[in-house]
Amino acid sequence: MTSNLIENTLTVRDLKLWYGNFEALHGINLDIQKGKVTAFIGPSGCGKSTFLRCINRMNDRIAGCRVEGALLLNGQDIYDPSVDVVQLRSYIGMVFQKPNPFPKSIYENVAYAPRIHGMVKDGPEMDELVETALKRAGIWEEVKDKLQQPGTALSGGQQQRLCIARTIAVKPKVILMDEPCSALDPIATAKIEELMDELKEEYTIVIVTHNMQQAARVSDYTAYFYLGDLIEFSDTHTIFTAPANQKTEDYITGRFG
Amino acid sequence: MDQLDMHTNASMRKRLRADKRFKLYGLAAISFALAFLVFFFVDIIGKGAPAFQQAEIQVTVHYSEAAINNYNKAVDKEYKHLVSKAWLRLVPNQIAGKPELLGQDYEEWVLAENSVDQYLKGHEGHRLKEKNQRLVDQMKTDGKVRLVFNSGFFNSGDSKLPENAGILAAAIGSVMVLLLTMLFAVPVGVMTAIYLEEFAPDNRLTQVIEVNINNLAAIPSILYGLLGLAIFINVMGAPRSSALVGGLTLALMTLPVIIIATRAALRSVPEPIREAAYGLGASSLQVVWHHVLPLAMPGILTGSIIGLAQAMGETAPLLIVGMMAYIPDAPGSIFEATTVLPAQIYTWSSESVRAFEERTAAGIMVLLTVLLTMNAIAVKFRNRSENTW
Amino acid sequence: MLYSDLFFWLFGGLIPLAITAFMVARSKALSTEQDGARLHSRTGYYGWYAVIWLATPAVVSGLVFSITHMLGLFTVPAPMLLATMFTLGCAGLVYSLGHIKVEFRAREKVETFARAMFILAASISILTTLGIVLSVVFESVAFFRVISFWDFITGTKWEPDTAFLIGAGRDTAGMTPPAFGSVPIFAGTFMITGIAMLVAVPIGLFSAIYMSEYASHTARGRLKPMLEILAGIPTVVYGFFAAITISPLIVKAATLFGLEADYTNALAPGLIMGIMIIPFMSSLSDDVINAVPQALRDGSLALGTTKSETIRHIVLPAAFPGIVSAFLLAISRAIGETMIVVMAAGLRPNLTANPLEGVTTVTVKIVEALTGDQEFDSAFTQSAFALGFVLLFITLILNIVSTIVVRKFKQRYE
Repeated sequence: MTSNLIENTLTVRDLKLWYGNFEALHGINLDIQKGKVTAFIGPSGCGKSTFLRCINRMNDRIAGCRVEGALLLNGQDIYDPSVDVVQLRSYIGMVFQKPNPFPKSIYENVAYAPRIHGMVKDGPEMDELVETALKRAGIWEEVKDKLQQPGTALSGGQQQRLCIARTIAVKPKVILMDEPCSALDPIATAKIEELMDELKEEYTIVIVTHNMQQAARVSDYTAYFYLGDLIEFSDTHTIFTAPANQKTEDYITGRFG
Repeated sequence: MDQLDMHTNASMRKRLRADKRFKLYGLAAISFALAFLVFFFVDIIGKGAPAFQQAEIQVTVHYSEAAINNYNKAVDKEYKHLVSKAWLRLVPNQIAGKPELLGQDYEEWVLAENSVDQYLKGHEGHRLKEKNQRLVDQMKTDGKVRLVFNSGFFNSGDSKLPENAGILAAAIGSVMVLLLTMLFAVPVGVMTAIYLEEFAPDNRLTQVIEVNINNLAAIPSILYGLLGLAIFINVMGAPRSSALVGGLTLALMTLPVIIIATRAALRSVPEPIREAAYGLGASSLQVVWHHVLPLAMPGILTGSIIGLAQAMGETAPLLIVGMMAYIPDAPGSIFEATTVLPAQIYTWSSESVRAFEERTAAGIMVLLTVLLTMNAIAVKFRNRSENTW
Repeated sequence: MLYSDLFFWLFGGLIPLAITAFMVARSKALSTEQDGARLHSRTGYYGWYAVIWLATPAVVSGLVFSITHMLGLFTVPAPMLLATMFTLGCAGLVYSLGHIKVEFRAREKVETFARAMFILAASISILTTLGIVLSVVFESVAFFRVISFWDFITGTKWEPDTAFLIGAGRDTAGMTPPAFGSVPIFAGTFMITGIAMLVAVPIGLFSAIYMSEYASHTARGRLKPMLEILAGIPTVVYGFFAAITISPLIVKAATLFGLEADYTNALAPGLIMGIMIIPFMSSLSDDVINAVPQALRDGSLALGTTKSETIRHIVLPAAFPGIVSAFLLAISRAIGETMIVVMAAGLRPNLTANPLEGVTTVTVKIVEALTGDQEFDSAFTQSAFALGFVLLFITLILNIVSTIVVRKFKQRYE
C-alpha cells in the first residue's frame, strides 16, 4: 500500500467538480506515476483542462467552483484546508496554452519565482539557478547574451521554453502542461516535445493535448476524457493500439472528435 | 445586354447633396467648438496679460517725523493719490527698522495706485481723476512713470488694494489642499479598485459598491460641499475654511474618478500574466504587487492626475465649507483658514474695482497653465499605456 | 497642540518603531529557522506581521481618542494619549513576537490583513454616499418640520428674508411669514439647463459623428484633445467668462434688436454651460457610435446608401440608447453645475419664460444660504439642504435611468 503511494506521485480518488450547479467532472480515479509523461486527451469541453487545473488548484480562482473527493500528492491531500495553495503551486508548476512570459527581462522571468519562494539570494547563486533552469529548458544558448532583454521579445517557441525554464526554476515535483504547443509552429513543437522527454527523468509531467499524434509521441500513459468522465486510462501503447473502450477507439480512429 | 447606368442621375445628385450637407454639419459643430476655444483664450489672455505688468512712479519720499505719524505725509501732497497705500503704509515700519533713514529724502520708484496703473494701460473705467490724469501725463513725459514686471502678483497674498493683491497665499493653499486630496484619494481609490477587480467575490455587496461608485461619480460637486459642512465641520468639529476640510471634501469627490480609472487600468492587464504568476506559486497579493500594479501604473497615473486636476479647479464645494474668506497670508498649517486659486479667482471676480478684473484674468491664466499642463502629462501617460498593450 | 503632536509622533515615532519591530521580528524568525526546520513564509512577512501588530493598536487608539475629542465627548491630554498609543503598540508587538515559529504562516496573516485594508478602503465610498444622504436628509427633515413639503414643492414665492429673525427668536406679530416656494428656482434651473442642452446636444453629437465617421485618424487624434481642453477648464473660469465677456455681449446684442436684457440673463450662463458640456456629450456619444459594429455599416453601404444615410438610418438608431444615456448624464451635469450660475446668473427667483431676464437656480440658492453669516439652524440655512436633497434626488434618478438604458444598449451588442 505504502509502496504504491510512493510510486504514484499523484493519486486521484473519486474527484468531482462543480461550476455552480453544473457538474463538470464526475468522479475521476487515476494514478499518475512518478517520472513519466501522462497525457490527457479528449474532445473539447471533456474536462481534461479542468482536471489539469485541479491538480495545482488554479480552479480556486474561479468563483463558484467546488471540488469533492481526494487528490493526493505524495500521499497528502492537496485539498485539505490546512494546505497552503501558494506552497502547493511551488511543488506543482504549470505551463500554459499560450506562452505568457512576464513583460520583464528574461532573467527576471526565471528569477521571479525562486525569489518569492526565498529559495536563493540574489547574486551569483541566483545567476547560477537561472542559468541551470534555462539550460534545462534548452534555451540557454539562444538567450545567454540577452538575459536583460524583455522575455516578450522572443519568438513564440522560445517564449514557451522560457516559461518552462521559469517553471522548473522552482524545482517542482510535477509540471502540468496545458496544450503547451497549440500556439506554436511544428519546429518549435518538436523542440518542446524533445524537452519533455529529457525533463521526465527528473519531473513528473502531465500534459493536456488536442493533438493525438503528440500524445502518442511523448507520453508513457494516456487518459481519455469524455463529457467529464475518465473513459479509459492505461499505457499509451495500449490506448493507441488496443483500446478497451469503444468510445476511446472511435475517438482515436477519428470517427468523432 | 442592358446598358447599366453607372453615373449620377438627378435623384442621386439630391442624395449626394444631402450627404455633403450632413458632413458639413459635423464640420460646423467642431469648428464652432474650436472657434469658441480660440475666442476664449484670446479674451482671457487679452484681459489678463496686462496684469503681469505693474505701474511704478518715481517720487521723492520723505522719511520724516511726520510720515511716522501719518504715512500719507511721506510723499508730496499732490502725489498722495498716485502712490499705493500698500506701499505708503510700510514707510513707518521702514523707518523703525532702519532709524538712519529718518530725516532723509530719497528719489524712489514706488508702487503706483491702481487707478494710475489702469490709466497707463489705457483701460476704460480707470477712475483716475481728471487733475491726476494730467499729472500722470506730465510725469510720463518726464520719464517718471514706468511699467515693470509684476513680481508682487506672484509673491504676495490677497489684498483689498488691487495693486497689492497677489496669488501666493492662494497658490500655497491650493498646494496644501491638493496634497491632502492626493494623500487620501489616491491610496484609498487605488485600494478600492484593487479590491473590486482582484479580490472581491461577485456578490450583492460588491454590486452595491459598484453601483454606488458610479452614482458618486455623477453627484454634483456642490453636494460634497454639503457633506463637508454637515459631517466634517458640524459633526466632527473640524475647523471651518481649513485646508483639512477642503482637502478631505475634494478627496471624497475625486475618489470615484480615481477608482473608475484604476479599475479600467487593472482590467486591461492581460489575464495570462496573472495565471503565470499564480501558476508559479505567487500569492494573490504578490500577483497584484509584482505584476498587475506595475503594468497598470500608467493608467492609474493618468486617472489620478486627471482627478487631481479636476479637484484643483473645483470651487463650489469649497465655497460651502467656507474657503472663500479673505486670506491675505499663506496658512501655516492645515488647520488654519485657507483659500485656494479658484476661490481666489471667485472672490476677485466679485470685486467691483476694475483693476481686480485684470488680476482675476491673470489668476485664471496661471490656473489654466497649471491644469492644462497636468492634463497634458496625463495624456502622455495614457498614450504610453496604450502603446504597451 | 494635540494634532501636531500626533503628527510628530506618527512620523517621528511610529516609523522608527515600525522599522525596529520589522528587524526584530525578522531576526527572530531567522533564529528559529536555524533549529533545522524551514520557515513557512519569507522572513519579510514575519517582519510585516510584527509591524501590523505594532501599528494597528496604536493607530486605532489614536483615532478613537481623536474622534471622542472631535465629538466633544472627552479629551485626553496629549501626553497621556501618546503614552496609551505607545503602550498598546508595544503590547501588540510583544504579542506578535510570541507567535513567530517556524511553522507559523505569517504570509497568510499579512495577506488577510491587507485584504481587510482593501475592504476598508472600498467601504469609504459607501460611507461617502451615506454621508451625503444623511447630511442632506437630516437638515431637510428639520426644514420640512417648519415649512410644509407641499408649499416647498408648489409654492411660487421664495421670500426667506424673515426666516433668520424667527431663527433668532425675534419674530414679531405683524411680520410677513417667510415663504419657501421653490417653483421659480427650479424653473430657472430648468431654463438654464434647457439652453445648455440646446447648445451641447447638437454640437456634441455632430462633433462625435464627424470625428468617428468622417475625420481621418490623425485629424481625430488632434481634434479630440482640443475638445477635451474644454472639459479641463474649471467652472469658475467659465463663470468669469460668462459674467464678464458673454453677458455684456448679449445685452449689447439685445439692444441692437430693440430688446432689453439683464446683465444676469439666463442666456449667458446657459450658453457657456452648454459649451462646457460639449466634450462630455461628444466623448460619450463617440464611445457608443464606435461600439456600433462595423458590419452594420458595411451591410448598409453594400445596399448602395450614402454615408450620411447609413449614419442616419443605421448607426444613429443603433447608438440611440447610448446617446440618450449621455443626454441624461449631461442634464444631470447641467442641473448640478454651480460656479457658472453663481457668477453669471441672478440671485432673484424669477418665474419667467424670457431667457433675457435674470433667473436664479437651485445651486445659486444653496451657495447663497450657506456662505453668508447665517445661524446654522435657521430655516433659511436649512432650505439649502432641502434644495440639495431635491438636487440629489434628481441626479440619482437621472443616473439610474441612464445606467439602465446603457445596460440595455450593451446587451444588444454583446
